[in-house]
Amino acid sequence: MRLPIPPTNQEPGRIIDETAYGSPSKYEAHVKRRRSDVLKNRQNLSDWSMTPLQHQPGIITPNGLIFERHHAGTPDIDPKTHRLVIHGMVKQPLEFTMDDIVRYPSVSRFHFHECSGNGLTDWLKPASMTVQQTHGLLSGVLWTGVPASTLLDEAGIDPKGKWVLFEGADASAHTRSIPLEKVLDDTLIVYAMNGEALRPENGYPVRVVIPGWEGNVSVKWLRRVKVADQPWHFRSETARYTDPMPDGKWRQFSMVMETKSVITSPSGGQQLKGPGFHEIRGLAWSGTGKIRAVDVSVDGGKTWREAMLEEPIMDKCLTRFKAAWNWDGTPATLMSRAVDSNGYVQPSVADLRKTRAIVGFVQHHNAIQPWTVSANGEVRNAIGQV
Amino acid sequence: MRSARFSVFAAVALTACAQMGGSTSSGGGMAAKTAEGIPLGATGPHPVRALPDKPRFGQPVSESDLAAWNIDVRTTDGQGLPAGQGSVAEGQKVYAAKCVACHGADAKGGAVYGTMVGGVGSFTTNARVLTPGSMYPYAPILFDYIRRSMPMDRPQTLTANEVYAVSAYILNLNGLVPADAVMDAQSMPKVQMPNRNGFLMDDRPDAKAVRCMTDCK
Repeated sequence: MRLPIPPTNQEPGRIIDETAYGSPSKYEAHVKRRRSDVLKNRQNLSDWSMTPLQHQPGIITPNGLIFERHHAGTPDIDPKTHRLVIHGMVKQPLEFTMDDIVRYPSVSRFHFHECSGNGLTDWLKPASMTVQQTHGLLSGVLWTGVPASTLLDEAGIDPKGKWVLFEGADASAHTRSIPLEKVLDDTLIVYAMNGEALRPENGYPVRVVIPGWEGNVSVKWLRRVKVADQPWHFRSETARYTDPMPDGKWRQFSMVMETKSVITSPSGGQQLKGPGFHEIRGLAWSGTGKIRAVDVSVDGGKTWREAMLEEPIMDKCLTRFKAAWNWDGTPATLMSRAVDSNGYVQPSVADLRKTRAIVGFVQHHNAIQPWTVSANGEVRNAIGQV
Repeated sequence: MRSARFSVFAAVALTACAQMGGSTSSGGGMAAKTAEGIPLGATGPHPVRALPDKPRFGQPVSESDLAAWNIDVRTTDGQGLPAGQGSVAEGQKVYAAKCVACHGADAKGGAVYGTMVGGVGSFTTNARVLTPGSMYPYAPILFDYIRRSMPMDRPQTLTANEVYAVSAYILNLNGLVPADAVMDAQSMPKVQMPNRNGFLMDDRPDAKAVRCMTDCK
């Protein structure tokens, strides 16, 4: 018999544990967040780990796979003793317990979360093999919390206040200056992600989420909010998280993550099982609005056709695209190109090089990612090769 | 006081739901910028503003209560720098005791971190060398960062004098202050940094890609 009765039909499975926190199937053990291994840091306190996008269906990243970026490790903070303060240019400085914060009217919103350094190893030639390594500083999350404006309005913002400092309770006391306009628009003080409390590595018990902006501005382990009339120009917004520009200059306060997409399947390191039907699948996202369209090319950008977008299509959120592809078995180069609700078209590296200096540790890489498929079905990173 | 406010809570939550449901239009704020010209990206689409009848759970706190947390320095002019002072010579001792293991002799790079000296003039080359001397536009960034984050194994344990001293030492190694310099709240903001005018404000979108569909390139 070609199909015998499976043993799982003929014996009972595992019982339900009295209490448990479930885990993935043992057959999915290869789906793991991985510490940066293309750019290897000499220590692991200020380091990052990357999301396995090639294994992610849909637009939500499971909490155990959300990328990490810490500047001095992950603290374990007791929510009973944790305090958040708001002070500076406010009528009344305030202190909040976690119980206080959770009691306010809550908001839940889906947003992408992306590190400004996503893709920094792969600008001009391939250094990474997989999409986890090229694009894995990206995750999709349902955040739950209270609008920052609710807490700031309670403290009473001085009319001269224009900038807001957020500071962490971790060993780096990471901090950034954020324009008040953005803080009052859609910034959240967040205590939950994807239906459970924040994970320690993602800011437990409370963090900021600044939708559509580079991840590091969404300060984790939040302990302090301060209002002022000017930015502070911290190390984290001068010597770091700035972009090299021509003539030795640096672009500062570049916080919006611009429109971007990537094909996650087929992607680098994968092997196609022969010619015929393949669904090209990928993710698109934008800090400047919604995804309006994604185009795909299988001939290295000579011709393009519009992919199908999968609902829901949400503002500042991962959006799924799909395109049927009948591979004829000859070498191909796959690319995707997103267009946002403002009409902005995702650029190539060549487009970005017209205005920026691509030298050293370059952030804010939103260029088109090519993958080549060889006649034997091997998929490779082809950044800079097309 | 807190329990007295609880009765209005349910009504407020309902109002919040209605507002959320009623504002699902797309974010259209591509052109939105701050007064300084910084791009905001999309605004909304769920702008969250104060509710008309709002719960208040924050407890008043005084600036003196949170003094130990109030460690930020406005680095452009040094506002927030504390009392105290430190010399280059004192900084060399602090460095030898608490920094050298990671940063190496003379701050030229060590087991954990690359060089913290030199790099001035390198930004117009293909090997930009980022150090406090070459990169920081304002000297008080050193004080703010060292106080909040260093040393990595015991941050926020240095005294103000130690932070001033080790800042003076790093600035001296970069040739930005003399060997007899003393850093304090007055002297530090006056140090002239080579990259003072090295920054320009975000002016994106800068790329102008075309949505070509056929016969491209």
